[in-house]
Amino acid sequence: MARTLTRRALLTRGALLAGAAACGLGTLRSLVYAQGRAPIRIGFIADITGTVAQSGRDMLDGFQLYLAEKGSAMAGRPVDLVVEDAAGVPANALTKARKLVEQDRVHILTAPLLASEGYAIRDYIAERNMPTLFAVCSADDLTQRKRAPVIIRTGWSSSQPSHPFGEWVAKTLRYKRVATIGSDYAFGYEVVGGFQRTFEQSGGQVVQKIWAPLGTPDYSPYVTQIRRDVDAVFSIPVGADAIRFTKAYRQYGLKGRIPLIGGGVLMDESLLRGMDPADAEGTITALMWSAALPTPQAQRFVAAYRAKYQKDPSYYAETNYSGAQWIHAAVEHIDGKVEDREGCCGPSAPCSSPTRREVRCGWTSTRTSCTTSTSAKSRSGAAMRRTR
Amino acid sequence: MTPGGWPLGRWRSRTAAAAVLAALAGLPLVAPTYYLHLLTLTFCYGIMAMSLDLLVGYTGLSSLGHAAYFGVAGYTAGVLATRYAIGFWPALTLALAAAVIVAALFGLLAIRATGPYFLIITLALGQIIWGLAYRWVSMTGGDNGLRGIPRPLLGPGLHLAEIRPFYYFALIVTALAAGAMSLLTLSPFGLTLRGVRESESRMRALGYNVWLHKYLAFVIAGAFSGLGGALYAYYNGFVSPADVSLVASANALLMVVLGGSGTLWGSMVGAALLVFLQNLISGITQRWLTILGAILVLSVLYAPQGIVGAARALAARAAPRPESRRAPVPTAEPHP
Repeated sequence: MARTLTRRALLTRGALLAGAAACGLGTLRSLVYAQGRAPIRIGFIADITGTVAQSGRDMLDGFQLYLAEKGSAMAGRPVDLVVEDAAGVPANALTKARKLVEQDRVHILTAPLLASEGYAIRDYIAERNMPTLFAVCSADDLTQRKRAPVIIRTGWSSSQPSHPFGEWVAKTLRYKRVATIGSDYAFGYEVVGGFQRTFEQSGGQVVQKIWAPLGTPDYSPYVTQIRRDVDAVFSIPVGADAIRFTKAYRQYGLKGRIPLIGGGVLMDESLLRGMDPADAEGTITALMWSAALPTPQAQRFVAAYRAKYQKDPSYYAETNYSGAQWIHAAVEHIDGKVEDREGCCGPSAPCSSPTRREVRCGWTSTRTSCTTSTSAKSRSGAAMRRTR
Repeated sequence: MTPGGWPLGRWRSRTAAAAVLAALAGLPLVAPTYYLHLLTLTFCYGIMAMSLDLLVGYTGLSSLGHAAYFGVAGYTAGVLATRYAIGFWPALTLALAAAVIVAALFGLLAIRATGPYFLIITLALGQIIWGLAYRWVSMTGGDNGLRGIPRPLLGPGLHLAEIRPFYYFALIVTALAAGAMSLLTLSPFGLTLRGVRESESRMRALGYNVWLHKYLAFVIAGAFSGLGGALYAYYNGFVSPADVSLVASANALLMVVLGGSGTLWGSMVGAALLVFLQNLISGITQRWLTILGAILVLSVLYAPQGIVGAARALAARAAPRPESRRAPVPTAEPHP
């Protein structure tokens, strides 16, 4: 107990010195918050029914696995995970966010799966100053043109893996001409866009682009349109479309003639479970994580996940597992004082103020290395490094 | 199927409506804000469901594309507010105008059909709007939806940013819309619609322009659905293709049937039931869809007249009407 007190005092003193003027009474108030054993409430907006139920279930499984491993406790406080089902519908996601914030009074929120759901809750969480973890929802704009301080994206943005992939395809695979085929909505455009940008910068050329609507029941009309004079086909059909596309790709004899490459969710573990191995074989896709990643941390996670759920973890599970890790790191850093939101990042002190707490983490999943600092300007004060 | 036109009954229903309104107006003082959110959603969907009841319950036209007008108004208000920074009142007016125009166009195509054919045509027309919302990305934002619609500024100092003011505003709008629709059903026009529902050929023989009546009912229902949609867009701050989808239209029909078609207020009850059940059960169990389905099946089996219809039947059984107020039984006796 004495140790906790000293540590808290140290941390808060740093914050006080750096930003007493900006934070004012807000920080003082945080000092007198009761630090008992009151649970930390995390609101989890899941998509466990509806069109994306499979992947939504993986998200929840990944998050719960981490909590179970830590005995559902962070910084000495128990963690209450409040799960609400949004069923993949944007309006539901917003209603559930309102419920979790206003009824359950959660301290941290996690965003659902779909980009449309992410956009639906964006204004609300920004207005409510509710820190929200975006572990899967990958729409580029959420952290670019429509960014907000409370959006904490530990997952990815759609075009991110495509950028290095485009360069790699041009320089290592030495493909010159590529045709693309993708799902006809924002996610598809962003994945293909990222690929095209770096692929063409590196001397390649996208010679044909085909867009198929989300939920295309039969891919034959699209597969037969693909030009036969290309070096490879870059594809990003989403969800069950990927299974139908790869099947059509093999049935129409393109497999083995034109190499198939693509965005990561084309060959995600959640889809591989239902895919014919002959359809999937030999495809090269780019994503920040795969269950085959050989790092010890990733393998330990894969083993634990398989033992608990009897299936291979998909990236949906992994980003939520590591997302929970991030939340844990942040909670530990502020010594479990999750209620302290108003004081240092709120109306009295905007998030750009020098007392804003920052957590910076390296981009290696399941091996989160975080640098946290209490103050952007006096980073030496309480800076520390965590490696798990 | 006698219209409830006896004076005591009307007085009673007015007292009941006033009591419900008073209760809803007092609610923000005690209820947690989350329930105000759910009620505001109920109002938006309720207006749409009531307007659909004008078609289903009063005119006998089951539409499966009613969310189209809801969405057209919602998207119009959203586009005007976000892209052109147009104020609340003009945007609302234009949104309603858009809903009316679309309903007027679609009505021309749909009204010629009846029964299942009407159902299919409205479904197809609704899908056109859904397709527009989904594929006209530069205008509607496509699959991501249109977000960032600001809460309305009614006038100087009347900004509905918080949930309580917006709740009251939604309550007033809903009460006015419900009152207007209720008046419509009691008016000679509304009575004619009921006649059309019972027998088109007889109404035609009596010299009524059946097509025009149905068409006007269709357009009016579209306008009110649009009102719900515009309210919804301003409340949620976004609209997405899911709000104009077939599922949304089917939900509206479900609200009408669940509450009791042809009862108008029942649609509001059905909307409340669906919104609350969906959000409360899903917090308790992941099998909420199963439970919701079971409730719907049970209500169709045991309360085919809907909840309000069943309640009325129960009330009638508990307190039989006095002999004098019963509907006159036609007799074959010759007049003296």
